[in-house]
Amino acid sequence: MIRTTLVSAMALAASMSMAQAKTTITWWHAMGGELGQKLDQIVADYNKSQDQYEVVATYKGSYPETMTAAIAAFRAKKQPDIVQVFEVGTGTMMAAKGAIYPVYKLMKDTGTEFDPKSYLQAVVGYYTDTDGNMLSMPFNSSTPILYYNKDAFKKAGLDPDQPPKTWAEVVDDSKKIMSSGAAKCGFTTGWVSWVQTENFSAWHNQPIGTMENGFGGLDARLVFGKDEALVKHWANLAKWQKDGIFKYGGPVGGNDAPPMFYSGDCAMYMNSSASRAGVLINTKGKFEVGYGMLPYYKDVKGAPQNTIIGGATLWVLGGHDKAEYKGVADFLHYLSSAKVQADWSQFSGYLPITQAAYDLGKSQGFYEKNPGSDVGIKEITLNTPTANSKGLRFGNYVQVRDIIDDEFQKLLSGSETAQQALDNVDSRGNDLIAKFEQANK
Amino acid sequence: MVEKRPFLNFLAHAVLVLGVLIVAFPIYVAFIASTHGPTDFLSGLIPLTPGDNMVNTYGKMMTDGMASAGMPPLSLQMFNSLIMALTIAIGKIAISIISAYAIVYFRFPFRGLAFWLIFITLMLPVEVRILPTYHVVASLGMLDTYAGLTIPLIASATATFLFRQVFLTIPDELMEAARIDGAGPLKFFWDILLPMSRNNIAALFVILFIYGWNQYLWPLLVTTDPSHYTIVMGIKRMADVVDSQPQWNYIMATAILAMLPPVLVVILMQKLFVKGLIETEK
Amino acid sequence: MKRTHFRNKILPYLLIAPQLAITIVFFLWPAGEAVLQSFQQEDAFGLKTSWVGLANYSDLFSDPVYIQSLEVTVVFTIAVTAAALIVALLLALAVDRAVKSGPAYTTLLVWPYAVAPAVVGVLWWFLFNPTIGILPYLLSLVGYHWNHALNGTDAMILVVIASAWPQVSYNFLFFVAGLQSIPASMREAAAIDGAGPVKRFFTITLPLLSPTTFFLTVVNFVYAMFATFPVIHATTKGGPAGSTDILVFKVYNDGFIGLNLGSSAAQSVVLLVIVIALTVIQFRFVERRVQY
Repeated sequence: MIRTTLVSAMALAASMSMAQAKTTITWWHAMGGELGQKLDQIVADYNKSQDQYEVVATYKGSYPETMTAAIAAFRAKKQPDIVQVFEVGTGTMMAAKGAIYPVYKLMKDTGTEFDPKSYLQAVVGYYTDTDGNMLSMPFNSSTPILYYNKDAFKKAGLDPDQPPKTWAEVVDDSKKIMSSGAAKCGFTTGWVSWVQTENFSAWHNQPIGTMENGFGGLDARLVFGKDEALVKHWANLAKWQKDGIFKYGGPVGGNDAPPMFYSGDCAMYMNSSASRAGVLINTKGKFEVGYGMLPYYKDVKGAPQNTIIGGATLWVLGGHDKAEYKGVADFLHYLSSAKVQADWSQFSGYLPITQAAYDLGKSQGFYEKNPGSDVGIKEITLNTPTANSKGLRFGNYVQVRDIIDDEFQKLLSGSETAQQALDNVDSRGNDLIAKFEQANK
Repeated sequence: MVEKRPFLNFLAHAVLVLGVLIVAFPIYVAFIASTHGPTDFLSGLIPLTPGDNMVNTYGKMMTDGMASAGMPPLSLQMFNSLIMALTIAIGKIAISIISAYAIVYFRFPFRGLAFWLIFITLMLPVEVRILPTYHVVASLGMLDTYAGLTIPLIASATATFLFRQVFLTIPDELMEAARIDGAGPLKFFWDILLPMSRNNIAALFVILFIYGWNQYLWPLLVTTDPSHYTIVMGIKRMADVVDSQPQWNYIMATAILAMLPPVLVVILMQKLFVKGLIETEK
Repeated sequence: MKRTHFRNKILPYLLIAPQLAITIVFFLWPAGEAVLQSFQQEDAFGLKTSWVGLANYSDLFSDPVYIQSLEVTVVFTIAVTAAALIVALLLALAVDRAVKSGPAYTTLLVWPYAVAPAVVGVLWWFLFNPTIGILPYLLSLVGYHWNHALNGTDAMILVVIASAWPQVSYNFLFFVAGLQSIPASMREAAAIDGAGPVKRFFTITLPLLSPTTFFLTVVNFVYAMFATFPVIHATTKGGPAGSTDILVFKVYNDGFIGLNLGSSAAQSVVLLVIVIALTVIQFRFVERRVQY
């Protein structure tokens, strides 16, 4: 009885927009807001473009909620075909060999056209196993960049076309901006974990963990506390926060950071390149926005290296039938086509994932017409990624991110030094990683 | 009043007025926020006077919802909340009253065990055993159904307890008289106990309606299909956004609409509500 | 207890069956699963499971983060209970005094009880938002720099206020009922003896209210420990630095977000024990009172 209700409800939902014969492909994602609307449009276009498959996209809340929902559903054998998982969930997904259907294998099994080499290496490297096989399909990748308030720079007598390149310049510019009254604070940042910690290490070519940041195996461990440059940087952030140069925007994504920048309180702001659309909408008519690469410390050898990506990829889950997988492969193929990719990345500010999509954007003149939209892609391709700047891969990393926030907050409130905080990140994080290793042996 | 003390009277009124203001303040701000445009917030302070976007915002939310956040129209979500609240309230009352009847009016083996089982396990909040319960509901195929939304929340220790107390206060003579008249247990229940508990049932209904309407985590987990979203869980969906900003005007409009039905129930049925609340717990 | 009973072998079981069935399927079965899982270690997808004995428990109690969470829960529970009780008592005393307009005030004070905790959380989060909230702005005018994103005390104050707000209405109703049941003659007699209002409050009103107060304390404890989950979820999410990470939120966060199933199950079992203890206390007390 209950089962029939469920089935009929699903059938009803499905029949609303399709003929009976179509195979339904389910896709759970975490794209709210404007991005969600765009995603729905892409799906609708795909559904119109052919008559064999019907993709049903469902918004499942935040990244962690979406991932957890998919895993819980898998345990209950109700998993979707495709799930969007953020980059820090990569370790967990990858270790679940019996639960996922690697994308390279899916493409091979279904005979779908697929050339791993056409993807930007800086993007797919994060999601490729040690044998060079692509495990998931990149969808929305971004990298942190610097946004700044050109009007405030002008008012403070600085060159509005010269964003600071090094941290020393950030501090000098901030001081000038604050003393001239052009803004109340120098800079703020979203994602302390991702921008000021993980990306900081990659940008300065320092290891985040052993064994190529965890790419080498489950027994890799974090080494944040051994990264002298990072320890110095965290100590500086705490000092700058006391001086008012830096304002903290909160844990995780740093929800309070964007309003500080939009309102003109802080003159500089570091966050995902995908925030560009939001930045433009919210500062329209108030001030002109400039873009720059992330700052670095001049005295650290090897900086700037390249930044690493964030965002999410699409994982295909196991346990469905062949016909469905054919549809999944076809849809993923559609998603990574240059046309769809260029459209999606230009709309959202996410990085194009294939060279073809990037080239298409260039030939359309998109990057010329939209200054700042290619800063991210320049950052990730600045140098050939090293073992330290390919990305990172650890189990239980969702919780490790929480620990980073936790310890950073303790640092800012003065209860720990930068060295203690980062050492604690390592010891607490490594406990979790060890547990993960044990559970997945 | 014991004696005349103007100062104390004044103080009492001052405390009450202050209390009313504190209670109303968050709602006032929420309402004001819901009448403004989306960008009026991000760049500074919340305004304290109504904006001109009210009709627009509420109209959009009721009819279109926020497609961008995967949100169906609020009218549908409110309908789902209504179904959920009614099913939970009626279901809880129905199964509690019969189980209390069994416990009070019958002697049977394992009666004490059943009694304690109901009391202790039902106190355990759903948050605590979230994964296993989800697992059970999923293996029964109840995800994305009204049954899955409501049945796990229908068992109730407090309602059973209330009816037990009510029945205990009903004089034994009534039952003996009924027996002499040849009335069986079901007839006694239907003709005598139910009418006598009418007020308690109504009072309990008010409380349980609010309980059901306000459920949050459970609907958040068991619904993946927007057509089963409830309004209270919908709010949080809107506040959590990736790489963009929460649209406070819509969130606050949803908050106002989400609290309206239970608040109206409380205000319109205040007497029943107070009676229900105090007797449930006593 | 009833002196006489119906004699029927099957009917009582039929009557109690629906309640018991739901209890067993949706409460005992999952609770049992949680107990089993607390002795296991499992990956997120449930593909590999191994028995680890008491390791999850010993890890828990040697983890400073869990100990902190215990402490936070104690502070939070006491603060919410105290705040909600004191404010409610104050309002109830005032209503009791303002006899004529009492019912009108009551109507204006009870409705927050009907507002969902999740909505309450979102409302206060909005009011206290460091950049756009009205309260941090007002506080900054008197020289206090409010920042619940960094300051653990600020965050704790925020979640305590938000959690106590709807509970005040609840307590208020019980105190009003309690005050109304105190015979006026007792207070009049004391007044004639020359006892002032303050003295009367402490010698007569408060002691006579003590059963209500005790009952409310237990109920508020349970509320603060478990029902406040949506408030925390909608506001601080346990931060900053774990300063509002109450036990029930941690169970959810470790289990449902962190997918650390063994540890989360062990935490569930600890909570289960606490709930049972509180229930027994409440039940014993209630039972005794009813028989008066």
